[in-house]
Amino acid sequence: MNVNVGDVVPSFVRQTEFANWNRYAAVNDEFVPIHMDDEAGAAAGNGGAFGMGNLQWAYLHNMLRDWMGPNGTILTMEVQFRSINHKNQIVSAKGVVTAVDGDVVTLDVWTEQQEGTKLAPGTATVRIPA
Amino acid sequence: MSNISEAMKAAVGTVTGRTVSYPVSESDIRKWALAVYYPGQPPAEFIDAAAAAKTIHGGIVAPEDFNPFAWITAGHEKFIKNAGKLENNNPDNPEIALGIDGPGLKFQMNGGMVCEYGVRIKPGDVITSESSVGEYSEREGRLGLMLFSRGISTWTNQNGELVKRTTGTLIRY
Repeated sequence: MNVNVGDVVPSFVRQTEFANWNRYAAVNDEFVPIHMDDEAGAAAGNGGAFGMGNLQWAYLHNMLRDWMGPNGTILTMEVQFRSINHKNQIVSAKGVVTAVDGDVVTLDVWTEQQEGTKLAPGTATVRIPA
Repeated sequence: MSNISEAMKAAVGTVTGRTVSYPVSESDIRKWALAVYYPGQPPAEFIDAAAAAKTIHGGIVAPEDFNPFAWITAGHEKFIKNAGKLENNNPDNPEIALGIDGPGLKFQMNGGMVCEYGVRIKPGDVITSESSVGEYSEREGRLGLMLFSRGISTWTNQNGELVKRTTGTLIRY
């Protein structure tokens, strides 16, 4: 796999709503009212229920995995959770290559909603076999 | 002026808890992969043993973001002294838990997390998570002097190999 600085990773895109969040809650035992109930999310000042930061984290991994294939390795990931993932937003996990050192690739990664607002920006390093 | 007391500096490295998972099953991994890829299909290496056998892993492995501690654990020990004294959303909770005075700052927010991955989790693995107090630091920001405190979670498998080390940062001001 030939990788160069500036390469753009294909996005991992999901419309996020209870169907996604409930499934994630089911495997992560994350039945937190702010993620399950609009009234609880509104009471917390967020307008309604909103998505888990952990699911944003998972989407970023999915994006890298789908790009690298099963023999790629995620070495590190660093993310800041900046904005709320509201219901029915279309969330895209994205990445762009910033450095290549042998088989180790560094990327800027982030999730953003459909208007381009970044939800969870960060960086990652991966190992991609030649 | 600093919000980092000598007691807070001395607490760095304190182990606050240890949790042990039940053995991870292929079914656990499949369900996780189905949930995080929903409504799409997850990669075959997470659900199909034959496809997984053709990868560098030689069999099914868990997604890096998999949590083996959800729902129930085989054992959990807390080493912190004052867990019962924690208050919802009290910015001093990290220090209250340790039995020391906190900095008394009013506001807090999630500063994000960084994760270093080691070996992959495979079916049959038993994972141990050890939580510890990470470094404190501070710097001037647009909201004034900001305190950065870190919590470290280190996961190892039954062979003592590092699975991942996660450092979460709490920002207080």
